[in-house]
Amino acid sequence: MTVSTTPRDYSLIGRDTRLAEENGLAAAQWYQCPIPRKELKELMKRSDGPALRDTAIWFATLFLSGLGGYYFWGTWWAVPFFAVYGILYGSASDSRWHECSHGTAFKTRWMNDVVYHIACFMILREPTVWRWSHTRHHTDTIIVGRDPEIAVPRPPDILGILLNLFALKSSYVAMKKLLLHATGRLNEEEKTYIPEMERAKVYWIARLYLAIFAAVAIWCFAIGSILPAMFIGLPTLYGAPFVVIFGLTQHAGLDEDVLDHRLNSRTVYMNPIYRFLYLNMNYHVEHHMFPMVPYHALPKLHAAIKADCPKPYNGLWEAYAEIIPTLLRQVREPGYFVERQLPDPNKAVPHNHGTQFVSVVPAE
Amino acid sequence: MTTTTATQWIEACAADDIDEEDVIRFDHDGRTYAIYRSPDDEYYATDGLCTHEQIHLADGLVMDHIIECPKHNGRFDYRTGQAKGAPVCVNLKTYPVRIDGDKVLLGLA
Repeated sequence: MTVSTTPRDYSLIGRDTRLAEENGLAAAQWYQCPIPRKELKELMKRSDGPALRDTAIWFATLFLSGLGGYYFWGTWWAVPFFAVYGILYGSASDSRWHECSHGTAFKTRWMNDVVYHIACFMILREPTVWRWSHTRHHTDTIIVGRDPEIAVPRPPDILGILLNLFALKSSYVAMKKLLLHATGRLNEEEKTYIPEMERAKVYWIARLYLAIFAAVAIWCFAIGSILPAMFIGLPTLYGAPFVVIFGLTQHAGLDEDVLDHRLNSRTVYMNPIYRFLYLNMNYHVEHHMFPMVPYHALPKLHAAIKADCPKPYNGLWEAYAEIIPTLLRQVREPGYFVERQLPDPNKAVPHNHGTQFVSVVPAE
Repeated sequence: MTTTTATQWIEACAADDIDEEDVIRFDHDGRTYAIYRSPDDEYYATDGLCTHEQIHLADGLVMDHIIECPKHNGRFDYRTGQAKGAPVCVNLKTYPVRIDGDKVLLGLA
């Protein structure tokens, strides 16, 4: 489907912010698939077991692959070990910070907090900033002018996406923000979603991150080797590909400004290894609709509501067969998007398309 | 001069309408409330909407004496209304509750 629009303003302080608020898209009521309260309560129940198991596997594999990389350093045999280490550090940390930010991975709150801070550091996402930006992302998912986490604004920045396969653009932006925060400042957009009482934490954690990076850099210079940085810092870059590969499936190419997660999110079936790395975030429609359901219960939630959802994608290939051509077309035609087919269109939330000035035209 | 407002007791629900360690929504006079039954079989009431983003708490999860907002993991002690940390910063208002036979009565000023 194509909607012709004037260029969208994805900032959180611009024209589309005002329009989203005027059109009732900010902090709005979203569609939820019907599910009995008792069943949902069961699904929302917390447990430490699954996350303790998955975290133990995560740390054990990080340790063993790191050990292999260290042992074989200086030979080509180190490459596969660091590849594994990097993916566990730079990619698997994405779903870990995310799950723990929701407070759902573990039942015990301090466990969520510990893993949250470790994973945030690994993926270079400042914990306080991202906790609040993600809160907004769940309030206003893919609402232009309100959601700070729209990964692919239209027209898509294809070069930026490719650079982010090794976290080059995202890390550049993150480092600039770290420097800003370390000087005790936020940018204007961050001020819209980070409350005053949380800001001191932002500044101190930014200084801590910079101090750690400085210490690693000094260590590298002191021993004349990048080996320390291969363990701390660089894996955020060389281990990043799955952040993009998994992450783009969440919302890229789908509709904006709709109050129905079935229309702006994807559920993609994945194999068990991917689901371990991604902590079941492939069930993304389900996650957004009921964010307090822990990752380990998402397959059951999916089974409970799938009859009321669009057909899931049968693997990454099927998802990318749609995403790649859609993003390429959006470069020329930013109004184009993939319209998901709902099982019962009569139960859909009407399309808002956010702004008064858009006109809907038939797809080619 | 001091004015005292008498508490008005409103019938909210039957006692067994709420499962143990659960919550239901009660709307009255244009306002929404959350009525809780704790694991030790006590009843409590608070405002029905999260102080963070006006989400109905009755859709959330009760864990011991904590109610968790279904949207952003905001947590409150529903006995006192105390906000337990980000993203909730403002406490919930609480209301007295009394049991009359098999009815749960909500005390409103």
